[in-house]
Amino acid sequence: MSAQIEEVAADPAARISRGGAPPPRRGRAAAGAPYLLILPAGLVTVLLLGWTMVKNGLLSFQDLGRRQLIRHLTEWIGFDNYSEQLGSSDFWKVTARSVVFTAANVVLIMALGCLVGLLLARLGTKTRLLLALGLVLAWAMPVVAATTVFQWLFAQRFGVVNYVLDKLGWHSMADYNWTSSQFSTFFVVTVLIVWQSIPFVAINLYAATTTIPKELYEAASLDGAGSWKQFTSVTFPFLKPFFLATTFLEVIWVFKSFTQIFAINEGGPDRLTETLPVYAFQEGMGSQHFGVGAAISILTIVILLALTAYYLRLVLKQEEDEL
Amino acid sequence: MNRSLLGRAWPGAIAVVLFAVFVFPVYWMFSTAFKANKDIVGDTPQWIPASPTFEHFRKAVDADGFWTLVGNSLTVTLVAVGLSLVIALLASFAVARMRFKGRKSFILVMMMAQMAPWEVMVIAYYMIVRDAEMLNSLPPLIAIYTVMVLPFTVLTLRGYVAAVPKELEESAMVDGCTRAQAFIKVIFPLLAPGVMATSLFGFITVWNEFPMVLILSKEPGAQTLPLWLTSFRSTFGDDWGATMAASSLFALPILILFVILQRKAVGGLTSGAVKG
Repeated sequence: MSAQIEEVAADPAARISRGGAPPPRRGRAAAGAPYLLILPAGLVTVLLLGWTMVKNGLLSFQDLGRRQLIRHLTEWIGFDNYSEQLGSSDFWKVTARSVVFTAANVVLIMALGCLVGLLLARLGTKTRLLLALGLVLAWAMPVVAATTVFQWLFAQRFGVVNYVLDKLGWHSMADYNWTSSQFSTFFVVTVLIVWQSIPFVAINLYAATTTIPKELYEAASLDGAGSWKQFTSVTFPFLKPFFLATTFLEVIWVFKSFTQIFAINEGGPDRLTETLPVYAFQEGMGSQHFGVGAAISILTIVILLALTAYYLRLVLKQEEDEL
Repeated sequence: MNRSLLGRAWPGAIAVVLFAVFVFPVYWMFSTAFKANKDIVGDTPQWIPASPTFEHFRKAVDADGFWTLVGNSLTVTLVAVGLSLVIALLASFAVARMRFKGRKSFILVMMMAQMAPWEVMVIAYYMIVRDAEMLNSLPPLIAIYTVMVLPFTVLTLRGYVAAVPKELEESAMVDGCTRAQAFIKVIFPLLAPGVMATSLFGFITVWNEFPMVLILSKEPGAQTLPLWLTSFRSTFGDDWGATMAASSLFALPILILFVILQRKAVGGLTSGAVKG
Protein backbone atom coordinates (compact mmCIF):
# COMPACT_ATOMS: atom_id res chain seq x y z
CA MET A 1 0.00 0.00 0.00
CA SER A 2 2.50 2.57 1.14
CA ALA A 3 4.77 1.76 -1.75
CA GLN A 4 2.00 2.42 -4.25
CA ILE A 5 1.24 5.80 -2.81
CA GLU A 6 4.88 6.73 -2.84
CA GLU A 7 5.11 5.79 -6.48
CA VAL A 8 2.42 8.30 -7.41
CA ALA A 9 4.12 11.00 -5.44
CA ALA A 10 7.52 10.17 -6.86
CA ASP A 11 6.41 10.35 -10.46
CA PRO A 12 5.84 14.10 -10.83
CA ALA A 13 9.30 14.72 -9.41
CA ALA A 14 10.78 12.38 -11.95
CA ARG A 15 8.89 14.15 -14.72
CA ILE A 16 10.08 17.55 -13.60
CA SER A 17 13.69 16.52 -13.56
CA ARG A 18 13.25 14.91 -16.94
CA GLY A 19 11.76 18.10 -18.30
CA GLY A 20 14.55 20.19 -16.77
CA ALA A 21 18.18 19.37 -17.31
CA PRO A 22 18.64 16.46 -19.69
CA PRO A 23 19.96 13.40 -17.87
CA PRO A 24 23.70 12.86 -18.25
CA ARG A 25 24.46 10.72 -21.25
CA ARG A 26 25.58 7.26 -20.51
CA GLY A 27 27.20 4.72 -22.75
CA ARG A 28 25.59 1.66 -24.22
CA ALA A 29 26.26 -0.33 -21.05
CA ALA A 30 23.60 1.73 -19.26
CA ALA A 31 20.81 0.24 -21.37
CA GLY A 32 21.50 -3.13 -19.87
CA ALA A 33 22.08 -1.82 -16.36
CA PRO A 34 18.51 -2.12 -15.03
CA TYR A 35 18.31 -5.70 -16.25
CA LEU A 36 21.58 -6.56 -14.55
CA LEU A 37 20.26 -5.02 -11.34
CA ILE A 38 16.99 -6.95 -11.32
CA LEU A 39 18.60 -10.16 -12.57
CA PRO A 40 19.47 -11.66 -9.15
CA ALA A 41 16.03 -10.94 -7.72
CA GLY A 42 14.26 -12.25 -10.80
CA LEU A 43 16.43 -15.32 -11.01
CA VAL A 44 16.03 -16.53 -7.41
CA THR A 45 12.30 -15.85 -7.51
CA VAL A 46 11.81 -17.81 -10.71
CA LEU A 47 14.06 -20.67 -9.58
CA LEU A 48 12.89 -21.04 -6.00
CA LEU A 49 9.28 -19.93 -6.20
CA GLY A 50 8.26 -20.29 -9.84
CA TRP A 51 9.81 -23.71 -10.27
CA THR A 52 8.28 -24.91 -6.99
CA MET A 53 4.85 -23.85 -8.23
CA VAL A 54 5.42 -25.85 -11.42
CA LYS A 55 6.76 -28.79 -9.41
CA ASN A 56 3.73 -28.62 -7.15
CA GLY A 57 1.51 -28.83 -10.22
CA LEU A 58 3.46 -31.75 -11.67
CA LEU A 59 3.35 -33.67 -8.37
CA SER A 60 -0.40 -33.30 -8.17
CA PHE A 61 -0.77 -35.44 -11.31
CA GLN A 62 1.35 -38.27 -9.89
CA ASP A 63 0.71 -41.28 -7.74
CA LEU A 64 3.47 -40.64 -5.25
CA GLY A 65 3.45 -42.69 -2.07
CA ARG A 66 6.12 -44.29 0.05
CA ARG A 67 6.90 -46.99 -2.55
CA GLN A 68 7.36 -44.56 -5.45
CA LEU A 69 9.37 -42.26 -3.22
CA ILE A 70 11.88 -44.89 -2.19
CA ARG A 71 12.29 -46.34 -5.67
CA HIS A 72 12.29 -42.93 -7.35
CA LEU A 73 9.37 -43.88 -9.60
CA THR A 74 7.28 -41.37 -11.47
CA GLU A 75 3.77 -42.65 -12.10
CA TRP A 76 1.45 -40.27 -13.90
CA ILE A 77 -2.21 -40.72 -13.09
CA GLY A 78 -3.80 -37.69 -14.71
CA PHE A 79 -6.55 -36.02 -12.71
CA ASP A 80 -7.10 -38.93 -10.29
CA ASN A 81 -5.86 -37.04 -7.22
CA TYR A 82 -8.14 -34.13 -8.04
CA SER A 83 -11.24 -36.20 -8.75
CA GLU A 84 -10.61 -38.17 -5.59
CA GLN A 85 -10.49 -34.98 -3.53
CA LEU A 86 -13.35 -33.21 -5.28
CA GLY A 87 -15.48 -36.33 -4.82
CA SER A 88 -14.68 -36.75 -1.14
CA SER A 89 -16.93 -35.26 1.51
CA ASP A 90 -13.88 -34.77 3.76
CA PHE A 91 -12.35 -32.26 1.38
CA TRP A 92 -15.51 -30.20 1.15
CA LYS A 93 -15.99 -30.30 4.92
CA VAL A 94 -12.45 -29.00 5.42
CA THR A 95 -13.02 -26.33 2.76
CA ALA A 96 -16.24 -25.12 4.36
CA ARG A 97 -14.53 -25.16 7.77
CA SER A 98 -11.60 -23.11 6.44
CA VAL A 99 -13.92 -20.52 4.93
CA VAL A 100 -16.01 -20.19 8.10
CA PHE A 101 -12.87 -20.06 10.26
CA THR A 102 -11.35 -17.36 8.06
CA ALA A 103 -14.55 -15.32 7.96
CA ALA A 104 -15.02 -15.44 11.73
CA ASN A 105 -11.43 -14.41 12.40
CA VAL A 106 -11.32 -11.63 9.84
CA VAL A 107 -14.63 -10.13 11.01
CA LEU A 108 -13.40 -10.15 14.62
CA ILE A 109 -9.99 -8.77 13.71
CA MET A 110 -11.39 -5.94 11.58
CA ALA A 111 -14.17 -4.95 13.99
CA LEU A 112 -12.07 -5.03 17.15
CA GLY A 113 -8.98 -3.67 15.40
CA CYS A 114 -10.95 -0.66 14.12
CA LEU A 115 -12.45 0.00 17.54
CA VAL A 116 -9.01 -0.07 19.16
CA GLY A 117 -7.59 2.11 16.38
CA LEU A 118 -10.34 4.70 16.79
CA LEU A 119 -9.81 4.59 20.53
CA LEU A 120 -6.10 5.31 20.01
CA ALA A 121 -7.07 8.43 18.08
CA ARG A 122 -9.19 9.71 20.99
CA LEU A 123 -6.67 9.12 23.76
CA GLY A 124 -4.32 11.56 25.42
CA THR A 125 -0.62 11.18 24.71
CA LYS A 126 0.23 9.17 27.82
CA THR A 127 -2.56 6.61 27.63
CA ARG A 128 -2.03 6.34 23.88
CA LEU A 129 1.62 5.46 24.38
CA LEU A 130 0.65 2.93 27.05
CA LEU A 131 -1.89 1.18 24.85
CA ALA A 132 0.44 1.35 21.85
CA LEU A 133 3.15 -0.34 23.90
CA GLY A 134 0.76 -3.17 24.80
CA LEU A 135 -0.26 -3.54 21.17
CA VAL A 136 3.32 -3.56 19.95
CA LEU A 137 4.29 -6.26 22.47
CA ALA A 138 1.41 -8.49 21.35
CA TRP A 139 2.25 -7.78 17.72
CA ALA A 140 5.95 -8.52 18.17
CA MET A 141 5.42 -11.75 20.07
CA PRO A 142 6.78 -14.52 17.83
CA VAL A 143 3.97 -16.82 16.68
CA VAL A 144 5.59 -19.98 18.01
CA ALA A 145 6.21 -18.46 21.44
CA ALA A 146 2.67 -17.07 21.52
CA THR A 147 1.30 -20.51 20.72
CA THR A 148 3.11 -22.14 23.65
CA VAL A 149 2.00 -19.34 25.97
CA PHE A 150 -1.63 -19.79 24.94
CA GLN A 151 -1.35 -23.51 25.60
CA TRP A 152 -0.22 -22.63 29.10
CA LEU A 153 -2.94 -19.99 29.60
CA PHE A 154 -5.58 -22.50 28.53
CA ALA A 155 -3.97 -25.51 30.20
CA GLN A 156 -6.42 -27.97 31.74
CA ARG A 157 -4.61 -28.07 35.09
CA PHE A 158 -3.19 -24.89 36.62
CA GLY A 159 -4.16 -22.86 33.55
CA VAL A 160 -5.04 -19.31 34.51
CA VAL A 161 -8.07 -19.11 32.19
CA ASN A 162 -9.79 -22.05 33.86
CA TYR A 163 -8.97 -20.61 37.27
CA VAL A 164 -10.53 -17.25 36.45
CA LEU A 165 -13.64 -18.82 34.87
CA ASP A 166 -14.08 -20.99 37.96
CA LYS A 167 -13.70 -17.98 40.28
CA LEU A 168 -16.21 -16.02 38.20
CA GLY A 169 -18.75 -18.71 39.04
CA TRP A 170 -18.50 -20.98 35.99
CA HIS A 171 -17.45 -23.96 38.08
CA SER A 172 -17.70 -26.60 35.36
CA MET A 173 -14.74 -24.89 33.69
CA ALA A 174 -12.41 -25.56 36.62
CA ASP A 175 -10.87 -28.59 34.94
CA TYR A 176 -11.90 -27.94 31.37
CA ASN A 177 -9.82 -29.49 28.60
CA TRP A 178 -9.81 -26.86 25.84
CA THR A 179 -8.41 -29.20 23.20
CA SER A 180 -11.10 -31.83 23.76
CA SER A 181 -13.65 -30.49 21.31
CA GLN A 182 -13.71 -28.88 17.89
CA PHE A 183 -15.34 -25.68 19.04
CA SER A 184 -13.15 -25.07 22.07
CA THR A 185 -9.95 -25.76 20.12
CA PHE A 186 -11.05 -23.30 17.44
CA PHE A 187 -11.92 -20.88 20.20
CA VAL A 188 -8.36 -20.95 21.56
CA VAL A 189 -6.85 -20.65 18.07
CA THR A 190 -9.17 -17.74 17.26
CA VAL A 191 -8.36 -15.86 20.46
CA LEU A 192 -4.68 -16.34 19.69
CA ILE A 193 -4.93 -15.14 16.09
CA VAL A 194 -7.22 -12.21 16.88
CA TRP A 195 -5.00 -11.13 19.80
CA GLN A 196 -1.96 -11.10 17.53
CA SER A 197 -3.67 -9.46 14.55
CA ILE A 198 -5.54 -6.58 16.19
CA PRO A 199 -2.37 -4.47 16.71
CA PHE A 200 -1.59 -4.41 12.98
CA VAL A 201 -5.07 -3.15 12.11
CA ALA A 202 -5.33 -0.78 15.08
CA ILE A 203 -1.94 0.90 14.72
CA ASN A 204 -2.23 1.28 10.96
CA LEU A 205 -5.77 2.59 11.25
CA TYR A 206 -4.63 5.11 13.82
CA ALA A 207 -1.73 6.17 11.59
CA ALA A 208 -4.15 6.52 8.69
CA THR A 209 -6.68 8.61 10.63
CA THR A 210 -3.97 11.17 11.35
CA THR A 211 -3.90 11.89 7.62
CA ILE A 212 -7.59 12.90 7.56
CA PRO A 213 -7.91 16.69 7.53
CA LYS A 214 -9.33 17.96 10.85
CA GLU A 215 -11.62 20.36 8.96
CA LEU A 216 -13.72 17.44 7.77
CA TYR A 217 -14.54 16.45 11.35
CA GLU A 218 -15.19 20.05 12.34
CA ALA A 219 -17.57 20.45 9.44
CA ALA A 220 -19.29 17.21 10.33
CA SER A 221 -19.74 18.16 13.98
CA LEU A 222 -21.05 21.59 12.97
CA ASP A 223 -23.66 19.72 10.97
CA GLY A 224 -24.53 17.89 14.17
CA ALA A 225 -22.96 14.51 13.37
CA GLY A 226 -22.34 12.21 16.35
CA SER A 227 -19.33 9.91 16.55
CA TRP A 228 -21.00 7.07 14.63
CA LYS A 229 -22.12 9.45 11.91
CA GLN A 230 -18.64 10.94 11.78
CA PHE A 231 -17.20 7.47 11.31
CA THR A 232 -19.58 6.52 8.51
CA SER A 233 -19.48 9.85 6.67
CA VAL A 234 -15.86 10.96 7.17
CA THR A 235 -13.50 8.26 8.45
CA PHE A 236 -14.81 5.30 6.48
CA PRO A 237 -15.08 6.94 3.05
CA PHE A 238 -11.68 8.57 3.51
CA LEU A 239 -9.99 5.33 4.51
CA LYS A 240 -11.87 2.98 2.20
CA PRO A 241 -8.70 1.85 0.37
CA PHE A 242 -7.11 1.11 3.74
CA PHE A 243 -10.07 -1.01 4.89
CA LEU A 244 -10.13 -2.90 1.63
CA ALA A 245 -6.42 -3.67 1.61
CA THR A 246 -6.29 -4.64 5.29
CA THR A 247 -9.34 -6.89 5.10
CA PHE A 248 -7.96 -8.84 2.17
CA LEU A 249 -4.48 -9.10 3.67
CA GLU A 250 -6.08 -10.53 6.81
CA VAL A 251 -8.09 -12.98 4.69
CA ILE A 252 -4.88 -14.20 3.08
CA TRP A 253 -2.98 -14.42 6.37
CA VAL A 254 -5.73 -16.17 8.33
CA PHE A 255 -6.66 -18.57 5.55
CA LYS A 256 -3.12 -19.90 5.24
CA SER A 257 -2.32 -19.92 8.96
CA PHE A 258 -0.63 -23.19 9.75
CA THR A 259 1.60 -22.76 12.78
CA GLN A 260 -1.09 -21.78 15.27
CA ILE A 261 -3.48 -24.60 14.39
CA PHE A 262 -0.79 -27.22 14.04
CA ALA A 263 1.10 -26.32 17.19
CA ILE A 264 -1.98 -26.03 19.42
CA ASN A 265 -3.48 -29.41 18.64
CA GLU A 266 -2.13 -30.71 15.29
CA GLY A 267 -5.59 -30.31 13.78
CA GLY A 268 -7.21 -32.47 16.45
CA PRO A 269 -9.33 -33.70 18.13
CA ASP A 270 -10.07 -36.35 15.48
CA ARG A 271 -8.81 -34.04 12.71
CA LEU A 272 -11.79 -31.79 13.40
CA THR A 273 -9.82 -28.54 13.39
CA GLU A 274 -7.85 -29.14 10.23
CA THR A 275 -8.10 -26.25 7.81
CA LEU A 276 -6.88 -26.62 4.24
CA PRO A 277 -3.14 -25.97 4.83
CA VAL A 278 -3.07 -28.42 7.76
CA TYR A 279 -5.18 -30.93 5.80
CA ALA A 280 -2.75 -30.76 2.87
CA PHE A 281 0.13 -31.34 5.27
CA GLN A 282 -1.51 -34.27 7.06
CA GLU A 283 -2.64 -35.96 3.84
CA GLY A 284 0.64 -35.31 2.04
CA MET A 285 3.36 -35.62 4.67
CA GLY A 286 1.51 -37.41 7.46
CA SER A 287 -0.03 -40.20 5.38
CA GLN A 288 2.80 -40.01 2.82
CA HIS A 289 0.48 -39.47 -0.14
CA PHE A 290 2.58 -36.70 -1.59
CA GLY A 291 0.65 -36.52 -4.86
CA VAL A 292 -2.63 -36.14 -3.01
CA GLY A 293 -1.10 -33.50 -0.76
CA ALA A 294 0.15 -31.57 -3.80
CA ALA A 295 -3.31 -31.71 -5.38
CA ILE A 296 -4.89 -30.39 -2.18
CA SER A 297 -2.36 -27.57 -2.05
CA ILE A 298 -3.18 -26.59 -5.64
CA LEU A 299 -6.89 -26.62 -4.80
CA THR A 300 -6.14 -24.53 -1.70
CA ILE A 301 -4.33 -21.94 -3.80
CA VAL A 302 -7.24 -21.85 -6.27
CA ILE A 303 -9.72 -21.32 -3.43
CA LEU A 304 -7.55 -18.58 -1.92
CA LEU A 305 -7.31 -16.90 -5.32
CA ALA A 306 -11.07 -17.08 -5.69
CA LEU A 307 -11.61 -15.56 -2.24
CA THR A 308 -9.25 -12.69 -2.95
CA ALA A 309 -9.90 -12.29 -6.70
CA TYR A 310 -11.76 -9.01 -6.24
CA TYR A 311 -8.89 -7.44 -4.33
CA LEU A 312 -6.15 -8.87 -6.54
CA ARG A 313 -7.84 -7.51 -9.66
CA LEU A 314 -8.11 -4.11 -8.04
CA VAL A 315 -4.44 -4.09 -7.03
CA LEU A 316 -3.27 -5.21 -10.45
CA LYS A 317 -5.42 -2.61 -12.18
CA GLN A 318 -4.18 0.12 -9.87
CA GLU A 319 -0.57 -0.82 -10.51
CA GLU A 320 -1.19 -0.95 -14.27
CA ASP A 321 -2.57 2.57 -14.17
CA GLU A 322 0.17 3.95 -12.02
CA LEU A 323 3.35 2.43 -13.33
CA MET B 1 -18.92 19.42 33.99
CA ASN B 2 -19.18 16.11 35.72
CA ARG B 3 -20.45 14.48 32.61
CA SER B 4 -17.74 15.80 30.35
CA LEU B 5 -15.10 14.68 32.86
CA LEU B 6 -16.61 11.22 32.72
CA GLY B 7 -16.73 11.45 28.96
CA ARG B 8 -13.05 12.25 28.91
CA ALA B 9 -12.17 9.57 31.46
CA TRP B 10 -13.70 6.51 29.83
CA PRO B 11 -11.37 6.20 26.83
CA GLY B 12 -8.42 6.29 29.23
CA ALA B 13 -9.98 3.62 31.45
CA ILE B 14 -10.70 1.36 28.48
CA ALA B 15 -7.16 1.90 27.24
CA VAL B 16 -5.72 0.72 30.55
CA VAL B 17 -7.92 -2.40 30.52
CA LEU B 18 -6.97 -3.13 26.90
CA PHE B 19 -3.31 -2.63 27.73
CA ALA B 20 -3.66 -5.29 30.43
CA VAL B 21 -5.43 -7.67 28.02
CA PHE B 22 -2.76 -7.33 25.34
CA VAL B 23 0.18 -7.50 27.68
CA PHE B 24 -1.04 -10.29 29.92
CA PRO B 25 0.07 -13.28 27.79
CA VAL B 26 3.53 -11.73 27.39
CA TYR B 27 3.71 -10.97 31.10
CA TRP B 28 2.50 -14.44 32.02
CA MET B 29 5.21 -16.02 29.88
CA PHE B 30 8.00 -14.12 31.64
CA SER B 31 6.53 -14.38 35.12
CA THR B 32 5.96 -18.14 34.85
CA ALA B 33 9.51 -18.56 33.65
CA PHE B 34 10.80 -16.98 36.88
CA LYS B 35 8.51 -18.80 39.33
CA ALA B 36 9.53 -21.72 41.46
CA ASN B 37 7.79 -24.95 40.47
CA LYS B 38 5.65 -25.10 43.59
CA ASP B 39 4.26 -21.66 42.73
CA ILE B 40 3.42 -22.64 39.16
CA VAL B 41 1.38 -25.68 40.08
CA GLY B 42 -0.78 -24.38 42.86
CA ASP B 43 -4.53 -24.13 43.30
CA THR B 44 -4.39 -20.36 43.08
CA PRO B 45 -2.13 -18.81 40.46
CA GLN B 46 0.59 -16.57 41.80
CA TRP B 47 0.29 -13.24 39.99
CA ILE B 48 3.78 -11.97 40.80
CA PRO B 49 6.75 -14.32 41.24
CA ALA B 50 7.40 -14.34 45.01
CA SER B 51 10.73 -16.13 44.95
CA PRO B 52 12.21 -15.58 41.48
CA THR B 53 14.52 -18.29 40.21
CA PHE B 54 16.66 -18.86 37.14
CA GLU B 55 16.28 -22.62 37.43
CA HIS B 56 13.94 -22.92 34.42
CA PHE B 57 16.24 -20.90 32.23
CA ARG B 58 19.11 -23.12 33.25
CA LYS B 59 17.07 -26.18 32.30
CA ALA B 60 16.14 -24.70 28.92
CA VAL B 61 19.69 -23.65 28.13
CA ASP B 62 21.08 -27.01 29.23
CA ALA B 63 18.64 -28.88 26.99
CA ASP B 64 20.25 -31.09 24.36
CA GLY B 65 21.62 -29.13 21.46
CA PHE B 66 20.23 -25.79 22.58
CA TRP B 67 23.28 -23.84 21.46
CA THR B 68 23.36 -25.65 18.10
CA LEU B 69 19.76 -24.54 17.57
CA VAL B 70 20.55 -20.96 18.55
CA GLY B 71 23.47 -21.02 16.13
CA ASN B 72 21.29 -22.47 13.37
CA SER B 73 18.51 -19.95 13.92
CA LEU B 74 20.94 -17.03 13.93
CA THR B 75 22.80 -18.28 10.85
CA VAL B 76 19.65 -18.91 8.86
CA THR B 77 18.08 -15.59 9.83
CA LEU B 78 21.10 -13.33 9.39
CA VAL B 79 22.28 -14.88 6.13
CA ALA B 80 18.81 -14.97 4.57
CA VAL B 81 17.94 -11.41 5.58
CA GLY B 82 21.39 -10.16 4.51
CA LEU B 83 21.22 -11.88 1.13
CA SER B 84 17.73 -10.64 0.41
CA LEU B 85 18.74 -7.09 1.39
CA VAL B 86 21.64 -7.08 -1.07
CA ILE B 87 19.57 -8.58 -3.87
CA ALA B 88 16.65 -6.28 -3.12
CA LEU B 89 18.76 -3.11 -2.97
CA LEU B 90 19.98 -3.73 -6.51
CA ALA B 91 16.50 -4.44 -7.81
CA SER B 92 14.76 -1.65 -5.94
CA PHE B 93 17.26 0.88 -7.26
CA ALA B 94 16.53 -0.21 -10.82
CA VAL B 95 12.79 -0.14 -10.26
CA ALA B 96 12.66 3.20 -8.48
CA ARG B 97 15.19 5.11 -10.56
CA MET B 98 15.22 3.70 -14.06
CA ARG B 99 12.64 3.35 -16.80
CA PHE B 100 12.96 0.16 -18.76
CA LYS B 101 10.83 -2.35 -20.56
CA GLY B 102 9.57 -5.08 -18.27
CA ARG B 103 9.72 -2.89 -15.18
CA LYS B 104 5.98 -3.12 -14.70
CA SER B 105 5.91 -6.89 -15.04
CA PHE B 106 8.80 -7.22 -12.62
CA ILE B 107 6.89 -5.27 -9.98
CA LEU B 108 3.76 -7.33 -10.61
CA VAL B 109 5.75 -10.55 -10.23
CA MET B 110 7.10 -9.28 -6.91
CA MET B 111 3.60 -8.38 -5.73
CA MET B 112 2.31 -11.83 -6.58
CA ALA B 113 5.35 -13.46 -4.98
CA GLN B 114 4.70 -11.51 -1.82
CA MET B 115 1.36 -13.28 -1.48
CA ALA B 116 2.73 -16.74 -2.23
CA PRO B 117 1.20 -19.26 0.17
CA TRP B 118 4.42 -20.85 1.42
CA GLU B 119 2.65 -22.84 4.08
CA VAL B 120 0.73 -24.67 1.39
CA MET B 121 3.69 -25.43 -0.85
CA VAL B 122 5.80 -27.33 1.66
CA ILE B 123 5.28 -30.70 -0.04
CA ALA B 124 6.76 -29.50 -3.31
CA TYR B 125 9.73 -28.04 -1.42
CA TYR B 126 10.18 -31.34 0.36
CA MET B 127 10.36 -33.23 -2.95
CA ILE B 128 12.76 -30.72 -4.53
CA VAL B 129 15.12 -30.67 -1.57
CA ARG B 130 14.89 -34.44 -1.22
CA ASP B 131 15.75 -34.96 -4.90
CA ALA B 132 18.75 -32.69 -4.41
CA GLU B 133 19.70 -34.86 -1.41
CA MET B 134 19.87 -31.81 0.82
CA LEU B 135 17.35 -32.67 3.53
CA ASN B 136 18.57 -31.93 7.05
CA SER B 137 20.93 -29.14 6.07
CA LEU B 138 20.84 -25.36 6.36
CA PRO B 139 21.53 -24.16 2.77
CA PRO B 140 18.05 -25.05 1.43
CA LEU B 141 16.43 -23.27 4.37
CA ILE B 142 18.58 -20.19 3.78
CA ALA B 143 17.75 -20.17 0.06
CA ILE B 144 14.00 -20.56 0.64
CA TYR B 145 13.92 -17.93 3.40
CA THR B 146 15.82 -15.49 1.22
CA VAL B 147 13.16 -15.74 -1.46
CA MET B 148 10.42 -15.68 1.17
CA VAL B 149 11.39 -12.21 2.41
CA LEU B 150 12.69 -10.89 -0.92
CA PRO B 151 9.45 -9.55 -2.47
CA PHE B 152 8.52 -7.56 0.61
CA THR B 153 12.07 -6.21 0.83
CA VAL B 154 12.11 -5.14 -2.83
CA LEU B 155 8.70 -3.46 -2.67
CA THR B 156 9.43 -1.60 0.55
CA LEU B 157 12.92 -0.49 -0.40
CA ARG B 158 11.57 0.75 -3.73
CA GLY B 159 9.53 3.28 -1.78
CA TYR B 160 12.50 4.39 0.27
CA VAL B 161 14.77 4.75 -2.76
CA ALA B 162 12.11 6.76 -4.58
CA ALA B 163 11.82 9.04 -1.55
CA VAL B 164 15.50 10.07 -1.79
CA PRO B 165 15.55 13.22 -3.93
CA LYS B 166 16.99 12.50 -7.33
CA GLU B 167 18.88 15.82 -7.26
CA LEU B 168 21.20 14.53 -4.51
CA GLU B 169 22.33 11.72 -6.70
CA GLU B 170 22.64 13.92 -9.76
CA SER B 171 24.72 16.51 -7.99
CA ALA B 172 27.03 13.77 -6.75
CA MET B 173 27.40 12.65 -10.35
CA VAL B 174 28.08 16.20 -11.49
CA ASP B 175 30.81 16.28 -8.85
CA GLY B 176 32.41 13.37 -10.60
CA CYS B 177 30.94 10.29 -8.93
CA THR B 178 29.94 7.36 -11.08
CA ARG B 179 26.37 6.19 -10.66
CA ALA B 180 27.47 3.31 -8.47
CA GLN B 181 29.55 5.62 -6.28
CA ALA B 182 26.65 8.06 -6.02
CA PHE B 183 24.48 5.21 -4.84
CA ILE B 184 26.92 3.96 -2.23
CA LYS B 185 27.99 7.36 -0.92
CA VAL B 186 24.81 9.39 -1.17
CA ILE B 187 21.71 7.24 -1.37
CA PHE B 188 22.72 4.30 0.78
CA PRO B 189 23.32 6.31 3.98
CA LEU B 190 19.91 7.96 3.53
CA LEU B 191 18.33 4.54 3.15
CA ALA B 192 19.52 3.34 6.55
CA PRO B 193 16.17 3.72 8.37
CA GLY B 194 14.40 2.00 5.48
CA VAL B 195 16.90 -0.82 5.47
CA MET B 196 16.48 -1.23 9.21
CA ALA B 197 12.70 -1.29 9.05
CA THR B 198 12.68 -3.76 6.20
CA SER B 199 15.22 -6.07 7.76
CA LEU B 200 13.27 -6.04 11.03
CA PHE B 201 10.27 -7.56 9.33
CA GLY B 202 12.45 -9.99 7.43
CA PHE B 203 14.16 -10.98 10.67
CA ILE B 204 10.82 -11.67 12.36
CA THR B 205 9.54 -13.73 9.44
CA VAL B 206 12.58 -15.98 9.29
CA TRP B 207 13.10 -16.27 13.04
CA ASN B 208 9.48 -17.46 13.32
CA GLU B 209 9.30 -19.74 10.33
CA PHE B 210 7.91 -23.14 11.27
CA PRO B 211 6.25 -25.25 8.51
CA MET B 212 9.28 -25.34 6.21
CA VAL B 213 11.82 -26.39 8.82
CA LEU B 214 9.29 -28.87 10.20
CA ILE B 215 9.32 -30.68 6.87
CA LEU B 216 12.91 -30.23 5.73
CA SER B 217 14.83 -30.91 8.94
CA LYS B 218 14.15 -34.08 10.84
CA GLU B 219 17.58 -34.19 12.44
CA PRO B 220 18.35 -31.93 15.41
CA GLY B 221 21.64 -30.79 13.87
CA ALA B 222 19.81 -28.82 11.17
CA GLN B 223 16.78 -27.64 13.10
CA THR B 224 15.93 -24.15 14.28
CA LEU B 225 14.43 -22.79 17.47
CA PRO B 226 10.72 -22.77 16.46
CA LEU B 227 10.84 -26.54 15.97
CA TRP B 228 12.57 -27.00 19.32
CA LEU B 229 10.02 -24.81 21.04
CA THR B 230 6.99 -26.68 19.71
CA SER B 231 8.50 -30.01 20.68
CA PHE B 232 9.65 -28.71 24.06
CA ARG B 233 6.42 -29.72 25.71
CA SER B 234 6.57 -33.27 24.47
CA THR B 235 10.19 -33.54 25.60
CA PHE B 236 9.70 -32.01 29.03
CA GLY B 237 6.11 -33.06 29.73
CA ASP B 238 4.02 -30.52 31.55
CA ASP B 239 7.02 -28.59 32.84
CA TRP B 240 5.46 -25.20 32.21
CA GLY B 241 8.23 -23.28 33.94
CA ALA B 242 10.87 -24.63 31.57
CA THR B 243 8.57 -24.27 28.56
CA MET B 244 7.90 -20.63 29.38
CA ALA B 245 11.60 -20.01 29.99
CA ALA B 246 12.31 -21.46 26.54
CA SER B 247 9.58 -19.27 25.00
CA SER B 248 10.97 -16.22 26.74
CA LEU B 249 14.46 -16.87 25.42
CA PHE B 250 13.02 -17.30 21.94
CA ALA B 251 10.82 -14.21 22.09
CA LEU B 252 13.21 -11.82 23.82
CA PRO B 253 15.42 -10.83 20.86
CA ILE B 254 12.37 -10.08 18.72
CA LEU B 255 10.56 -8.13 21.43
CA ILE B 256 13.63 -5.99 22.11
CA LEU B 257 14.31 -5.36 18.42
CA PHE B 258 10.68 -4.59 17.73
CA VAL B 259 10.16 -2.18 20.59
CA ILE B 260 13.37 -0.32 19.75
CA LEU B 261 12.89 -0.22 16.01
CA GLN B 262 9.11 -0.16 15.77
CA ARG B 263 8.69 3.59 16.01
CA LYS B 264 11.38 4.18 13.48
CA ALA B 265 10.17 1.36 11.28
CA VAL B 266 6.45 2.03 11.30
CA GLY B 267 7.06 5.77 11.44
CA GLY B 268 9.26 5.43 8.39
CA LEU B 269 6.72 3.34 6.54
CA THR B 270 3.84 5.69 7.21
CA SER B 271 5.70 8.95 6.78
CA GLY B 272 6.95 7.59 3.48
CA ALA B 273 3.36 6.84 2.54
CA VAL B 274 2.10 10.28 3.42
CA LYS B 275 4.69 12.57 2.01
CA GLY B 276 5.97 10.29 -0.70
